[in-house]
Amino acid sequence: MSAPHQLEPLLTELSEAGRGSVQVPDSSLDAGPALAGFLRTTPPALPELSELEVVRHYTHLSKLNYSVDAGFYPLGSCTMKYNPKVNDRVASLPGFADLHPLQPEQDTQGALALLFELERLLCGITGMAEASLQPAAGAHAEFAALLMFKAYHRERGETKRRRVIVPDSAHGTNPASAAMCGFDVTTVKSDARGNVDLAALEAALGDDVVGMMLTNPNTLGLFEEHVLEVSAAVRRAGGLMYGDGANMNALLGIARPGDLGFDVLHLNLHKTFSTPHGAGGPGAGPVLASAALAPFLPVPRVVRKGDGFALDHDRPRSIGRIRAHHGNFGVLVRAYTYIRRLGEDGLRATGEDAVLAANYLLARLRGAFDVAFDRPCMHEFVLTAAAQKRAGVPALDIAKALIDEGFHPPTTYFPLIVPEALMIEPTETETKETLDEFAAAMLRVAERVKADPAGVRAAPLSTPVGRLDEVAAARRPVLTWRDATAT
Amino acid sequence: MTGNPYSPHTPNDRAAMLAAVGVRSLDELLTAVPAAARRPAMGVPPGLSEMEVTAELERLAGLDRPAGGRPFFLGAGSYRRYIPAAVPALAARSEFLTAYTPYQPELSQGTLQAIWEYQSLVAALLAMDVANSSLYDGSTAVAEAALLAVRATGRQKVVVSRAVHPQHRAVLRTYAQGPDIEVVEVDDADLTANAAGAACLIVQSPDFFGKVARVRDVAAAAHAAGALAVASVDPIACALVEPPGECDVDIAVADGQPLGLPLSFGGPSVGLMAVRASLVRQLPGRIAGQAQDAAGRRGFVNTLQAREQHIRREKATSNICTNEAVLAIHAAVYLALLGPGGLRAVAARSVAQFRKAAAALSLPGCSWAGGGVSLWEGVLRLPRDARAVRDALLEQRIVIGHPLGGEYPERPNDLLVCCTEITTDAEIAAAAAALRKVLA
Repeated sequence: MSAPHQLEPLLTELSEAGRGSVQVPDSSLDAGPALAGFLRTTPPALPELSELEVVRHYTHLSKLNYSVDAGFYPLGSCTMKYNPKVNDRVASLPGFADLHPLQPEQDTQGALALLFELERLLCGITGMAEASLQPAAGAHAEFAALLMFKAYHRERGETKRRRVIVPDSAHGTNPASAAMCGFDVTTVKSDARGNVDLAALEAALGDDVVGMMLTNPNTLGLFEEHVLEVSAAVRRAGGLMYGDGANMNALLGIARPGDLGFDVLHLNLHKTFSTPHGAGGPGAGPVLASAALAPFLPVPRVVRKGDGFALDHDRPRSIGRIRAHHGNFGVLVRAYTYIRRLGEDGLRATGEDAVLAANYLLARLRGAFDVAFDRPCMHEFVLTAAAQKRAGVPALDIAKALIDEGFHPPTTYFPLIVPEALMIEPTETETKETLDEFAAAMLRVAERVKADPAGVRAAPLSTPVGRLDEVAAARRPVLTWRDATAT
Repeated sequence: MTGNPYSPHTPNDRAAMLAAVGVRSLDELLTAVPAAARRPAMGVPPGLSEMEVTAELERLAGLDRPAGGRPFFLGAGSYRRYIPAAVPALAARSEFLTAYTPYQPELSQGTLQAIWEYQSLVAALLAMDVANSSLYDGSTAVAEAALLAVRATGRQKVVVSRAVHPQHRAVLRTYAQGPDIEVVEVDDADLTANAAGAACLIVQSPDFFGKVARVRDVAAAAHAAGALAVASVDPIACALVEPPGECDVDIAVADGQPLGLPLSFGGPSVGLMAVRASLVRQLPGRIAGQAQDAAGRRGFVNTLQAREQHIRREKATSNICTNEAVLAIHAAVYLALLGPGGLRAVAARSVAQFRKAAAALSLPGCSWAGGGVSLWEGVLRLPRDARAVRDALLEQRIVIGHPLGGEYPERPNDLLVCCTEITTDAEIAAAAAALRKVLA
């Protein structure tokens, strides 16, 4: 029996010419003269394996992964909460999974009803007027939203608005999305309490400002204490407020962005609404708008028609399509199921328990690590390992030592404004016992930093591979097995 | 139901945690939230038990009429193909499904190797040098290809064939509003004549009407004008017909849904993107690369990250962060299971079934439009309005195809008809008989 952490050969290394598991009956083809001149001359260099070999390969690979189902995953800003199994099961019902996106509306009333209801629920949860469920991820929704801002200003003849204000604590997607819209980015600094610095904001505002992208709670895990002043200031300058909803888990039932002055908002259903992250995707990033911005939302929109539902393409002020079809529908089904399962009280309990768990973990760790901005946090908090780094052990090493303690590390080196950042988000689904075990592991690592810094720097020792040389990997990229054979 | 059924905290837990924090109630932690906005009503109905929520979702799913179990000839970019049982059984393992983006490579070797192998499989299938680790779907892959070409050439105009999927062109138009790119849409025959000043020519093969396109000619015309050639392809077709890399294409994209993914009403899917080696540092999104640890063991990491938003912010090649990783793993498992022979067999049987359908549906007053070479999809020109015919057949539980009049108003009578390897002879016969009756 192979050890669980043995490295796995490549598919090509397992391949044997002539093997394979052809699945298709009656597949001889007389290509005939029609296809002459178009045919592929050399077959694709795909591996040839038996079904069992493929099964073992991917089973072995899966065992090299850490996952929420296997353990605590306190990645800050990622909301790695439990992904309920019922969501996956209902998403695979034939009425959802075996539905073609271009089937006529007569055939798709259940799916359209679900989209319509989900939009309504998300609007209620966030205090926004209307939504499009089309964007496939948060960044995709940011791009859609900024195109909506662009269309809004253009309609008002304000074409010189080209600058987007972004706090220095923002996710990298915010400035990247602004750049994709052809906008310039102005970064404003944070103040001593981790809020947007109001004076710096006022200085940055002007009649060339498109709007501001604000994450609230911000990436320090802190609620913007001046959020109403910030949105009022941006509005006075003629700008619009964009809410990056990456941290919406903290606000469920506690506050609604629509009540805090945001014009457009996105949600990450793969964070707040429990859909699995899938090793990097799929996500779903609904974009929600106030009544004034709603006409610019992507099309088509799902509308009531008689007793049923229909797709409405006739929205002349819309920015158009941002993705084919209806977005990541399978993800939307899961999120809808989650919201219906929790209900109003369950959603509020989610926000409350997420905030409580983060503050509890913060209380357990304060003292062993410095806190970047020490006030009550929301759903996550940011420690700094600056002191540990002075002792020769930076945040990276602390993260690797946590791996040997059996935990996935927190997010490191983000937000950029905190040196040696360790960003921790426990979510509401972990038991107090798990939080205690994680805190104990963090405290042990903090002690080891003092007693055995060299030992910490050697971590991880428990993983199938040690630290990989990323610099060398980028200098001479080996990106396919053809590259690998060539080297 | 009250409370969150997935939150494990007992009243004792909560009391102990509040005490450790040093507050008496949670509200003491929420003072930064404006008081007037605190604890809003959301209008969400009360929660349901798992049993009740399952019943509710089954009720909604039951209002849909799924594709399976009846004659079904609708394709148009999304294909009902056979999904081997091992694909979801492996790719949807919770070790993949409930992992995050592989930011800690030592804990993510399963994801990173699976994605690196996906890149290798895609590059081999498309005969391109290098692939990224996925984009959202085929539509955004087309748009990102255009943005890539604009970056690489410094030109602000892209030229796209009207035979490219209408929704992909719609997404391209939307994306183009950002950097103010001019999108010129031309008839397929006019594509090569419009290359002057373009950043790229965008062609689809098989095109939206199911015809194999002259990709090699498009690439040559693009290159002669200093433009890049972008081809959007069907990945299954690449097992049979010349892949983009053999046609001198610079950027190849595809919607990966045919590679073992369920239709799922259009998503999630996976966007494939592969380029020639000289463009690798212009690629959007994550790329897995091979690496070594200090002991010389082979491993995999996310590499060339200096292109990406979390490092480069506003200077990144794209804003994409979350992608479609687990769908890419589905596609990789599918390709690994089928191998070159299996994939060709899927393509060949699809062609064979379509040829049977083409013969059976050649009814009086009907003709196959457009000339050219079809694989498994083509345009049936009907003697009357295609939408009305489609609706009439729908009453007999037959989905006969996709009426083109919505997207191409000049083609009200045209119906896009598709077969795949799972289309049976009996379904073809039933559809032909029903169509004959409807047209009579």
